Amino acid sequence: MTGTNPTVAPVTGAPATTVPGSAPGGLVKSVVELDRVVIRLAGDSGDGMQLTGNRFTSETASFGNDLKTLPNFPAEIRAPTGTLPGVSSFQLQFADHDVMTPGDAPDVLVAMNPAALKANLGELPGGGLLIVDSDEFTPRNLAKVGYATNPLEDGSLEGWQTVSVPLTSMTTDALKDSGLGKKEAERSKNMFTLGLLSWMYHRPTEGTIRFLERQFRRKPEIAAANIAAFRAGYNYGDTTEAFTVSYEIKPAPMKPGRYRNISGNQALALGLVAAGRLSGLPVFLGAYPITPASDILHELSRHKSFGVRTFQAEDEIAGIGAALGASFGGALGITTTSGPGVALKGETIGLAVMTELPLVIVDVQRGGPSTGLPTKTEQSDLLQAMFGRNGEAPVPVIAPRSPGDCFAAAVEAARIALAYRTPVMLLSDGYLANGAEPWAIPDTDSLPDLRPAVGFATEPNGSTADGTPEFLPYLRDPETLARAWAIPGTAGMQHRIGGLEKADKTGNISYDPANHDFMTRTRQAKIDGIAASIPPTDVEDPDGDSRVAVIGWGSTYGPIGAACRRIRSSGRKVAQIHLRHINPFPADLGEVLARYDRVICPEMNLGQLALLLRAKYLVDVQSHTQVRGMPFRSAELAAVIQDAIDSTSASLNGAPQ
Amino acid sequence: MTTVELGMPDAPTPIDAAIARSLEQHGPKQTELKGKDFKTDQEVRWCPGCGDYVILNAVQSFLPSLGIAREDMVIVSGIGCSSRFPYYLNTYGMHSIHGRAPAIATGLAASRPDLSVWVVTGDGDALSIGGNHLIHALRRNVNMTILLFNNRIYGLTKGQYSPTSEVGKVTKSTPMGSLDHPFNPVSLAIGADATFVGRAMDSDRKGLTEVLRQAAEHQGTALVEIYQNCNIFNDGAFDLLKDPATGPMWTIPLEHGKPLVFGPDGASCVVRDEFGGLRIAETNQVDASEIVVHDATREDPSYAFALSRLSSQDLRYTPMGVFRSVRKPSYEQMMAEQLHEARLQGAGDLGELLAGGDTWEVGA
Repeated sequence: MTGTNPTVAPVTGAPATTVPGSAPGGLVKSVVELDRVVIRLAGDSGDGMQLTGNRFTSETASFGNDLKTLPNFPAEIRAPTGTLPGVSSFQLQFADHDVMTPGDAPDVLVAMNPAALKANLGELPGGGLLIVDSDEFTPRNLAKVGYATNPLEDGSLEGWQTVSVPLTSMTTDALKDSGLGKKEAERSKNMFTLGLLSWMYHRPTEGTIRFLERQFRRKPEIAAANIAAFRAGYNYGDTTEAFTVSYEIKPAPMKPGRYRNISGNQALALGLVAAGRLSGLPVFLGAYPITPASDILHELSRHKSFGVRTFQAEDEIAGIGAALGASFGGALGITTTSGPGVALKGETIGLAVMTELPLVIVDVQRGGPSTGLPTKTEQSDLLQAMFGRNGEAPVPVIAPRSPGDCFAAAVEAARIALAYRTPVMLLSDGYLANGAEPWAIPDTDSLPDLRPAVGFATEPNGSTADGTPEFLPYLRDPETLARAWAIPGTAGMQHRIGGLEKADKTGNISYDPANHDFMTRTRQAKIDGIAASIPPTDVEDPDGDSRVAVIGWGSTYGPIGAACRRIRSSGRKVAQIHLRHINPFPADLGEVLARYDRVICPEMNLGQLALLLRAKYLVDVQSHTQVRGMPFRSAELAAVIQDAIDSTSASLNGAPQ
Repeated sequence: MTTVELGMPDAPTPIDAAIARSLEQHGPKQTELKGKDFKTDQEVRWCPGCGDYVILNAVQSFLPSLGIAREDMVIVSGIGCSSRFPYYLNTYGMHSIHGRAPAIATGLAASRPDLSVWVVTGDGDALSIGGNHLIHALRRNVNMTILLFNNRIYGLTKGQYSPTSEVGKVTKSTPMGSLDHPFNPVSLAIGADATFVGRAMDSDRKGLTEVLRQAAEHQGTALVEIYQNCNIFNDGAFDLLKDPATGPMWTIPLEHGKPLVFGPDGASCVVRDEFGGLRIAETNQVDASEIVVHDATREDPSYAFALSRLSSQDLRYTPMGVFRSVRKPSYEQMMAEQLHEARLQGAGDLGELLAGGDTWEVGA
């Protein structure tokens, strides 16, 4: 992930300098330098907005800006064309400094049809730049979304800088000699739009041209058409009088190194491949397709050259069952899913707790309950991850904080699973999964060596009453409490494990009351003991003496961080605490929380972490929650934090509130 | 930090290293074993008189003939009386959760083709709660042998009817008789395109051992239905076939390459019916050329399916033996081939993978 530098205050999007330039044909065009921009591309599900957004993101990343993205699309693959439910959008913020969120609201909205305009205009602040495809504003399309009059003509868009461009017909004009039919040519209008935006924001174009050539290498005429449309859009910007200004956003200062653009699901999958290599174990993924986790299955299935086996199971239960079976055989067993899948996997997670085998369970959370909001983000599986099993079945829970951080979180999940012989819950979410950011590619030598965590047992570790050496599968490492792990194929170590309660050391079936009490407490102590292997609580408090702290976990890191920056730039003090490990908590967390007069906990659920913190530390955590399927807006969070700071200092000073 | 050889995917894994260490310590694999070598120190806890004892004895005495070392065998079971089986065999074993043994065994067999993987399950475990896993394991053809103990009752939960109980079964949960039509496990398996399907009787040591031998030799998923008597909740369920007086009349022994003639003095036989299926006929009423010669290797499963449909719920005309045994590539072999093929294109380089396609450099 990109490092945060608390000393860099965020700056608004106001123009800094204006540099006149000239375009061919004598048209004078000026270049305005901005420090950051938020662009939202909105269109029909079939308009290719996600692809356009991803391409613009890649151009922007390779240019060197910092960025965050927010794809937002419907669960329907193709909702009826031109309707509100069919609108798909892609927002990104890019800047000459490090950014923590995709932006609260767009500065620029591109609306490819009336539905996209209607669905998104409310979020474009007054005076914002609005680019619409005028060709799509036909009576039929207007009627579909309930526009009585054409907003391009009725004056209702006067509060914005509206640029009405016939994107569709200019695309088909540009492609009239391409040999493509009109319908097919129209499909390239997203590339025309991308070309226009690339001109407006001085983006490098070679990457997109290479991409199109690669993507359509088997259909050279389609590749040529898309490239022609892309170039036509770029040249249109350069020559038209409709746009007299282009914008420059300088590269952001970043730590030296090699970077790439990466999404959360990609980073998570690469983390799992790396964990396999770092532990030396073959990776085995058992998974059933589910939104928004399927891309991890897709990505891992491409890495067979790393010895990665992917198994698309008949259902969620078989997915985790196969992964656990592979773990029993000595593989790094992994299952990936979303909330409804975790519900189905619960019994097998319990079996993994009882058999004390390593297993990584990835939950890419989405809106719930039940099928809920499959394509939208939420953090509402935390308590399910913690407690969603019968019996006392503690499971470590960890969460990444940004798309790139999914890599390190996956390696950490594997470390804990292997070292402690336990299933581990890795809680990503829809925002992290599909969102993207520049990622400093780690040097492989800097990654942790997980081999010592494996340590397969090959020799008896005990003896029977008559002195015969025997293998005791439930004899524990005194430090980690991890049990001895011997794999099939190892002579003399044959043993049986299962879901029935185990006798201490031998692992034989035991119904003895005292043994059950002992084993239940031992399994809990093992998970609690993981705290000894994790770093102290991550507190970001540049002033060092804040009285209010904001605590979060997972993908709220960016919005909370951006809100804290705003607070600090207003002269107030606030500490940001962000948890990677939620079970167990870092050992010093109670002590850290006790330092603050107020603790605010923003979550995309109804207060699940807050519940855990209150229960464990008796701290009066103030929960701030939202379940809108979208990440928090940092301005809203800043308002909540500011209220808390101002009321805290007021009450402490004895002033009326 | 120890240097991890990140560029070398074919470096020995900790799995290889553990097995190599074990070979150093114990010398070559012990494959000359006796039945008692497969016994464990665990007290066998089935009800006295249970058919499971007979099966356990048969399996323990049969396993040495496979010539597979104990450490290379894994028995995975689900939940139910039969699923206690792994505790009584000195191999690796997992007593898992209800219905999921085929799924767990699939992951193990797919990732460790060097092992001999066995599933022990029952009619409730395999056909009710675990029905989905069973059919998918069969169609995938992962290399494992599934022993399905069918006692037509739920024993461990004390006597409810099962998915193989005959219609009208009076049990604790069906005081007026059960309503649902039962599965015929062999028909179900053949319907799922299983490559090996057999059936045997718990008390018939010779017949059971022969079917087990063929099942163990089969590359791919083998399903063996074993009729097993529950003397507590469903005693005598298979007496029609076990009773020397009635057994020969209603049992159709299946032997590859032999005509399907059975019954006292070979009075009955199997012939084709007018709809492409099979029917029972009196041997002296048909021409010898009409009698079906058993062919377990037929690629088309229709014949094996028709055989399985000869029997009724009350067990009359029950074929016993190997219904179907066909060769098809097994899942773990094909998976290993894909991995091998991918490596031929170039062994995975982690540094390259992390970098991906488009990168840029930020200078100091």
